[in-house]
Amino acid sequence: MSGLLHLLIDIASQPAILVSLIAILGLVLQKKPTSDIVRGGIKTFVGFLVVTAGASIIVASLEPFGEMFQYAFNVQGIVPNNEAIVAVALTEFGTATALIMLAGMAFNIVIARLTKFKYIYLTGHATLYMACLIGVILTTIGMNMPMMILVGGLALGLANTIFPAIAQPFTKQITKNDSVALGHSGNFGYAFSGLIGKYVGNKERSTEDIKFPQWLSFLRDSTVSITITMGIVYVIVTLFAGNEFVTENLSGGINYIVYALQQAGTFAAGVFVILAGVRLILNEIVPAFKGISTKLVPNAIPALDCPIVFPYAPNAVLIGFLSSFVGGIVSLFIMVFSGGIIVIPGVVPHFFCGATAGVFGNATGGARGAVIGSFLHGILISFMPIFLMPVLGSLGYQGSTFSDTDYGIVGFLMGKLADAGGQVAVIIGVVAVAVVLFILSFMGKNKTVETAPKNKVAT
Amino acid sequence: MKFAAVCGSGLGSSFMIEMNINSVLSELEVNGVEVSHYDMGSASPDLADVFFVGGDLANSARHLGEVVVLNSIIDMDELREKVKSVCTEKGLI
Repeated sequence: MSGLLHLLIDIASQPAILVSLIAILGLVLQKKPTSDIVRGGIKTFVGFLVVTAGASIIVASLEPFGEMFQYAFNVQGIVPNNEAIVAVALTEFGTATALIMLAGMAFNIVIARLTKFKYIYLTGHATLYMACLIGVILTTIGMNMPMMILVGGLALGLANTIFPAIAQPFTKQITKNDSVALGHSGNFGYAFSGLIGKYVGNKERSTEDIKFPQWLSFLRDSTVSITITMGIVYVIVTLFAGNEFVTENLSGGINYIVYALQQAGTFAAGVFVILAGVRLILNEIVPAFKGISTKLVPNAIPALDCPIVFPYAPNAVLIGFLSSFVGGIVSLFIMVFSGGIIVIPGVVPHFFCGATAGVFGNATGGARGAVIGSFLHGILISFMPIFLMPVLGSLGYQGSTFSDTDYGIVGFLMGKLADAGGQVAVIIGVVAVAVVLFILSFMGKNKTVETAPKNKVAT
Repeated sequence: MKFAAVCGSGLGSSFMIEMNINSVLSELEVNGVEVSHYDMGSASPDLADVFFVGGDLANSARHLGEVVVLNSIIDMDELREKVKSVCTEKGLI
């Protein structure tokens, strides 16, 4: 009997099967017809395998890049791209990620139900990626699986409540209502940009008053912008590495410039495949999460992906992206001159996060707020990966890393706790945050209890 | 009949719009409409009959054919109104 149980656990621990079981659970809880359950379960299963396939494409592109970079500059170069690092991480940390994600969503519902912080984090891919980061960190510090699911899940649930909460004062100003929140892995950066805008900006002169060239919006297409930026980066690196090194060791005889361009395209191809896989995985899980949380948490405030704020300030989107990217390039030069790891500006985070930082900076500080807030954001996300490297263990040497501010915050905090006291310190730290959150919530609740009797008397 | 939501990354916002369109369609009791989501790079005119995009992507979406532009991608009232008018136009209600 224990042999059969063991076999079943082995099968269920296969990440691809695990995520499909999570999807099936969600579909069953929503009482969907059997055909939907079978179809959803299979698509989620295949989705995970698509991501795994995407990971090998990324590795095929990043490995030669890493070698060229090391040979040319004698330091390590990393390209921050969430899809790339998560796909690579999932090949080894898939089970932990899937279980922490499930636990995280459960804790999110519990925290929203029990406290005044009603945020339900619906941005599935951000939850998946954060679960992956937490899974990697906790595995690296040696935590066992059951403890990891509990502690990691709680940490994720807390993160998915706290990050929307810190951005909310600014999000409200943009959307002009309090029933929607921002749920993205760059929230810390956006709140930061909003704060900068408040102090250095001029709210009266908005980015939307400026006439901005619209042709730049072709950069909205990730595949195009990744290929262009990686193309430039790869060609520069390959020029420094030299034709001889490349043709002898990497390209099998093909000219070095041609090889560089092909590898840049391969990177973009890998991201494309990974995104397709992530879509398949989340297709059933996110609607299930949404359905269940709506039933269990009345007055839930959905925390949604960053593009929800883009239509409110389309110019700020482009200005924020460009300003953040410039921040990334300035940071690159600083790193070049100070030696050490080089962080290549990642076009995807500078686009999505820089753009959002721009909208937040504009909301509190107009065009000046947008430019300065995004620029500082760009610097933040360029140096953050360097602080994240120690906690990622061997994953830190794969050539890519997590790119958005919130990963940096979570990684940095967990890393510091682990340094201070290993697993125990991390557990105490996470629980402490939960306790503080509950206390803050009850302080707020007491206020409403006091005012309620007065209202009743008035009527 | 196929509707599609399109956004920049094909993950968060277009998925959300797809879920919201499905909500509205069941409110209106319209059946037989298949709703999917894509990123701007993968979206092509043959993938759907009507495309829904946020205002900031309106210019990039012109090649897709029939495009409904949303001023706010979180405004359910706006979406409901626009889905209803497309359904009426296509004879689905």
